[in-house]
Parts: sequence; C-alpha cells; structure tokens
Amino acid sequence: MIVEKLVFYVFSALLIGSATMVIVSRHSVRAAFFLIVSFCASAVLWMLLEAEFLALLLIFVYVGAVMTLFMFVVMMLNLDKESVQEKFVRYLPFAVLIVALMVGVLVYAFNPGHLGDLGLAMSTHQAADYSNTKALGALLYTHYVYAFELAAVILLIAIVAAIGLTHREKSNNKRQRIAAQLAATKEERLQVVEMEAVE
Amino acid sequence: MISLTDYLIVGAILFGLSLAGMVINRKNLIILLMSVELMLLAVNMNFIAFASFLQDTAGQIFVFFILTVAAAETAIGLAILIILFRTRQSINVSDLDVLKG
Repeated sequence: MIVEKLVFYVFSALLIGSATMVIVSRHSVRAAFFLIVSFCASAVLWMLLEAEFLALLLIFVYVGAVMTLFMFVVMMLNLDKESVQEKFVRYLPFAVLIVALMVGVLVYAFNPGHLGDLGLAMSTHQAADYSNTKALGALLYTHYVYAFELAAVILLIAIVAAIGLTHREKSNNKRQRIAAQLAATKEERLQVVEMEAVE
Repeated sequence: MISLTDYLIVGAILFGLSLAGMVINRKNLIILLMSVELMLLAVNMNFIAFASFLQDTAGQIFVFFILTVAAAETAIGLAILIILFRTRQSINVSDLDVLKG
C-alpha cells in the first residue's frame, strides 16, 4: 500500500512538474520533450488505476506517433527566431489568477464530503485473472460498435484532410491529359510531305 | 490508500495548467496545441479515475474515443499550422490578425 502511495505521489509530481515545463519552456522542442514525460507519467497513473490497455495506448499512440508528428513539424518549421517568447510576463498574473480560481473551485468540489459514497470508496483491485483488454474489447465490439466504426471514419477523414492540406503539387509535373489527347485531330498531328521519287 | 479525490485533484491541476498555458503563450502556436493535448489528458484522467472507482468500463471506452479524436485533431491542426507557416512565414498567434478589418 505504501508503495502504491509512493508511486502515485512521485508520478503525480512528475506529471505536474513536466506539464508546467511544457507551458513555460521557450523552445518548442523542449516543450515537446516535456510533453512526452508528462504522457509517460500519466500512463503510470493509469496503470495504477488498472487501465492497462489505455496506458499502453497512450504510450504507443501519443509518445510513438503524435509526439513524433509534433517533432517533425517543429523541426520542419525551423523556428529559431520565433521560439523566444516575449510578452510572457505580461499575461502571467492573469494566468495565475485563472489557475488559482479554477483549481480552487475544483479542489473544493472534489472534497470527499461532496462526492457522497464515492468519496469514501477506496480503489478496489480486480481479480488476478482479469484482463482489461478483454473487458474493453467485449464492450467495444458489442455496445459501442457504431461509435467504433465512426472513430475509424474520423481517422480516415483526418488522413485525407492532413494530406490534402499539406500536399503541394510540383510545378513541372508530367501527367497525361486524356481530354487533350482525345480532342487531337489528324490535321494537328499528321503532316503529309510530297517529294519527288528518287531513282 | 489513494482516494478518488487525489486523482481528481491531479486532473484539476493539469487542466488549470493547460488553461494557463493557453493564456500565457501568445507567441507560439505549437505550444498552444500542446496545451490542448494536456487539457485532453486531464479530462481523460478524470474519466479513468471514475471508471476505476465506479467499476464501470464504459468510462475507459470514452477515453479510447477521446484519444482517437485527439489524434485526428492533432494531425489536422499540425497540417493547418504548416500551411499557415507557408503562407505567412510565422506561427506567432498575434500575427494572425487578418480578419481585424
């Protein structure tokens, strides 16, 4: 139990610290690395909540794919001049006020007294032969199968949109123009040359 | 033992931090997108905490879909960012004032 508590507090601190670094760091690359750290830390917290499949999904999909995409974009844009933030301090009091207000209200609302029976509930562990992946799959392919297919369509749209937005056609592209080919007449292409027969 | 409140407070702090990130980052659109990611992470944290403490797997299904939509959103957001940079040579948020009139 003490180990569990230790893991929770260490990784929560890591998560909050790296999230702070994401928003205050001056360079996009550094912010992206801290975002990776915060994703990994929250994956550990999800493991603690026995959501193993989603924890691994977070690492594979986010750290493996989405953050790589972020890195690609950061490197592609070449933002040496841009990366230095000016007016950082100007909005800082406002931001601190917002965070203090919002977190204060939420912490007050999450007081165990306000959560009813849930506030006193302790996390119960699943049986040793419980498979989180199996449970998720059993629900996903029965109850939520339409939503699942919609998610697939959303991903397809995202692929098409991302490619369609960023794709640049080459100016010297060589391609077949079928309409021009069909519209061509004999007179345009064929030239009959009359010449003397040579013995 | 760790109670539900602890997880919810972690989520709340994360949400507040990402909101602050959106307020203070007026220069860099990429960090703004990263703040959106953090905000979704905070929401997912709450979903998973409730799913675990209520013994209801449906909460985890929601997280699954949020992750899907967030990945799609990031891909399209970054694509828009790239064409924005191509046309304006800048991703500074305060430069995006064409609609000012």
